[in-house]
Amino acid sequence: MQFETISSISTPVGEGAIAIVRLSGEDAIEIADRLYKGAKKLSDTDSHTINYGHIIDPKTGETVEEVMVALMRAPKTYTREDIVEINCHGGIHTVNRVLQLTLNNGARMAEPGEFTKRAFLNGRVDLSQAEAVMDFIRAKTNQASKVANQQVQGRLKTYIEELRQSILNILAQVEVNIDYPEYDDVEETTTSLLLSEAEKINENIDALLKSSSEGRILREGLSTVIVGKPNVGKSSLLNYLIQDNKAIVTEVAGTTRDILEEYVNVNGIPLKLVDTAGIRETDDIVEKIGVERSREALKGAELILYVMNNNDELTPEDIELLESVDDKKVIGIVNKLDLENNLDLNYLEEHFKIPLIKTSIINGEGVDELENEIQTMFFDGSLSSTDSTYVSNNRHINLLEQAKVSIEDAISSAAMDVPVDIIQIDLIKTWELLGEVIGEDVSEQLIDKLFRQFCLGK
Amino acid sequence: MTGNIKYDVIVIGAGHAGVEAGLAASRKGLNTLMLTINLDNIAFMPCNPSVGGPAKGIVVREVDALGGQMAKVIDKTHIQMRMLNTGKGPAVRALRAQADKVLYQQEMKSLLEQEPNLDILQGLVDELIIEDDVIRGVRTNVGTVYDADAVIITTGTFLRGEIILGDLKYSSGPNHQIPSLALADQLKDLGFEIIRFKTGTPPRVNADSIDYSKTEIQPGDDVPRAFSFDTTEFIMDQLPCWLTYTSQETHEIITANLHLSAMYSGVVQGTGPRYCPSIEDKIVRFNDKPRHQIFLEPEGRNTKEVYVQGLSTSMPESVQREMVTSIPGLENARMMRAGYAIEYDALVPTQLWPTLETKKIKNLYTAGQINGTSGYEEAAGQGLIAGINAANNLLGKEELILSRTDAYIGVLIDDLVTKGTNEPYRLLTSRAEHRLLLRHDNADIRLTEIGYENGLISEERLGRYNTKKANIDAELERLQKTRIKPNEHTQNIVAEHGGAALKDGILAADLLRRPEMDYASIMEILNEEITLHQEEYEQVEVQIKYDGYIKKSLQQVDKMKRMENKKIPENIDYDAVHSLATEARMKLKEVKPLNIAQASRISGVNPADTSILLVYIEQGNVKRVES
Repeated sequence: MQFETISSISTPVGEGAIAIVRLSGEDAIEIADRLYKGAKKLSDTDSHTINYGHIIDPKTGETVEEVMVALMRAPKTYTREDIVEINCHGGIHTVNRVLQLTLNNGARMAEPGEFTKRAFLNGRVDLSQAEAVMDFIRAKTNQASKVANQQVQGRLKTYIEELRQSILNILAQVEVNIDYPEYDDVEETTTSLLLSEAEKINENIDALLKSSSEGRILREGLSTVIVGKPNVGKSSLLNYLIQDNKAIVTEVAGTTRDILEEYVNVNGIPLKLVDTAGIRETDDIVEKIGVERSREALKGAELILYVMNNNDELTPEDIELLESVDDKKVIGIVNKLDLENNLDLNYLEEHFKIPLIKTSIINGEGVDELENEIQTMFFDGSLSSTDSTYVSNNRHINLLEQAKVSIEDAISSAAMDVPVDIIQIDLIKTWELLGEVIGEDVSEQLIDKLFRQFCLGK
Repeated sequence: MTGNIKYDVIVIGAGHAGVEAGLAASRKGLNTLMLTINLDNIAFMPCNPSVGGPAKGIVVREVDALGGQMAKVIDKTHIQMRMLNTGKGPAVRALRAQADKVLYQQEMKSLLEQEPNLDILQGLVDELIIEDDVIRGVRTNVGTVYDADAVIITTGTFLRGEIILGDLKYSSGPNHQIPSLALADQLKDLGFEIIRFKTGTPPRVNADSIDYSKTEIQPGDDVPRAFSFDTTEFIMDQLPCWLTYTSQETHEIITANLHLSAMYSGVVQGTGPRYCPSIEDKIVRFNDKPRHQIFLEPEGRNTKEVYVQGLSTSMPESVQREMVTSIPGLENARMMRAGYAIEYDALVPTQLWPTLETKKIKNLYTAGQINGTSGYEEAAGQGLIAGINAANNLLGKEELILSRTDAYIGVLIDDLVTKGTNEPYRLLTSRAEHRLLLRHDNADIRLTEIGYENGLISEERLGRYNTKKANIDAELERLQKTRIKPNEHTQNIVAEHGGAALKDGILAADLLRRPEMDYASIMEILNEEITLHQEEYEQVEVQIKYDGYIKKSLQQVDKMKRMENKKIPENIDYDAVHSLATEARMKLKEVKPLNIAQASRISGVNPADTSILLVYIEQGNVKRVES
């Protein structure tokens, strides 16, 4: 028997060079096909094969990861359901993205121990092991809830509680209108009122999701690439950032790309400088390996520092390279300010709409401005969330994403002037999902609220 | 052989639960005896003179679709009827009728009298006869023993009832009738867990002493309305209700006399419902509210008695009189009955199976307020289910358990037996997670076939129902195929309704989905006469307009049904499932859920416990497969 499709990262987090996102269930292959692009579709591929390809975000078309995908059709699999295992290499951030993509495209986050449970229910695990399976589920759950509890504490918890409280106020008003239609003490909730309230809720959920990406940056570092033509000052910039910021040099061993990464701390933001080896050894990526190779290095970057020589004129390569990254966050660094200006700064500003920082790195000029710009770009200038008040748990992020879908459904219903009690369905769903994030039992809360807040009776 | 009179089923009590239970069992062909303390109080409404309202009105329709009686009787005996929530979506619309209390009772009593397999008898049951944890019959207070294979207790607020009025407290059933004491003692002795609940009722005044000019009129709808699928005659001659408010003076009187109220002097020990507070409660808890609504509701056509809704109280009679006359319109009102609070024993409902049979005593069922609910409709729904199940049990037929996605009655019973209740339980629409599916307009579609399978819906009615269903389905299909051209005629009608002009041809169903369009306007565009009945095309309209939302709900229902199909064996030993959390184990042992879905709804049972349970019960079903 095949159940609904579940997904999770099935390798220990933060250890090992390869991480696997595993899907199991009736739609596992279909869901994977929505994300996977290879020589042919997985649904047309033989069972028990390993396939090379890429994971693409179907919303944006962006390439997320280069992967090997193991395809195993039921029944000869661990769970006796269709299984797809996506082998990722690009570190915890990319693996999480791949997981989120499977969740956004129809899979549900696996409960602790669920793969084993299914294996058992489908007769894959020996009967004598039933007890072990049950213990396994218990142990996994205890561990997961301990971690989850640790991850939703303090300000984050308060924030979600307040948000839920404000949703509850709206829900109670709508409910009291429904169950006590003659009660005159509450204004009749209108669709347009709900619309504006729902939009506020949506903004709050957005803020939470944004905080999760900020949180991730703080935890994992902002993946940054320094690029530019030879002799514009890339290695000077790199050295300056490292000297100035007490670099932590780490080597991520065993990854297929063997990229040297170095971490520096800029105004509290950890920058993960990628492909520093390339800069150190050759300092001429564009010239020697060509634009194609540079693009490869840029693919996974979240921040691109594009270094140019103030004294040079813009070349077609510059323009092509900048055009190819126009969906990324780019800061243009105009170096060698002490030399004569030949660079068309107006064109750069107008055509690419990127911030330009004028520096003389050798003299240490302009580097502070650069650091401030990075902070503004990713944290609206304020680094408030340093005390871990961000959502970091994959399960929680997924719940928030679902809450966002619900509230957006409510908004589009309200915009179509659907009756309030129908919009209410999605509002309640949003409220319940947020409750799950902080582990609250929601069953009686709405009714309690109704009777506490309103004076009802016979 | 005992020589006692023998029945198949005995129903103790003849209130709203009792009559449905008795009628259902007897109509299913079982010899049934109904015992009531006072034959003149059959189907009596001791509190508000109304039936229906949000959620409750849907229950009345469900009772009707399953073959119960309440809807038909109220359709014949109301003084006014209104559709509530007409400005909101279809899921929360509901009918409410103001009842003629006396006529309602007479009509119901007459029906019981005519029922061939049913005996009604005045008598107070003092003892249940039980052998080896199986019910065998009852003994009345005059010593007569009646044997029976199944007994249904529907004693309402009679069990150890105590009326409280100021500092007065005396043993009494509702409306000053004889309470049931010996039976209450026996239930306790049998080891049933008992909770003490409290409810209350407001004073009644004489209509001739009311100055209606100081109140607002609340008329019924001027279109024909009915609860029952069978009703063909509609009462159009209706009586209005009236709205007034408490005054500053009322609040002062109450505040000054608060120490005399039973609720605040410590005399009342039972837990009252939060949704039905006394006026004392409202003034204390919501002291910033300058006035409270008071509805004046006539109790019938042949009586001057008027129910003062909103003034439920346990103040001494003299204070009640002062309170009443402080209300605009009631300055000269003559009180006919004083309000009072009543405490009574109820069973902790988690001691019941979802069939409403007690777990402790086989073939013993309970329904209505004894199960911790409040409301005539909640009682009727349970009575019907208990009656059907007692009969099915004796007839060797499958039990009837309505799911939360089938009916409000399913929600009600599941809440009671799975979660219990710590106050008198009232149905609210928000208790149903899929209220869009549990509408009043589709109650017959949801349940008529179940009523038929259980022998309470006639072939004739099933035939009419099938016709209705076929008409709806055919029209749905037709609208989903018919293409509307964007010609001038169409555009004019669309514009009349304030819609944007059509750019292309469109399916009739898609055009109907627009918020501004309704069925009639679509038919106008198609140049066709409406031949369907109103209930039929309303169904078509709702199903098309809310299609997306309905589908979404149905998907969730599907998931739940899968879990419902995972049955838990009755003889499961939870102590043997050693990975369960302690709290979950305790709760599971108490509730004894029938399936995984019900288990997952028990508070304290988390998803991991449900998973573990699933693995445990599947052990027997799992076949070893070589890998």
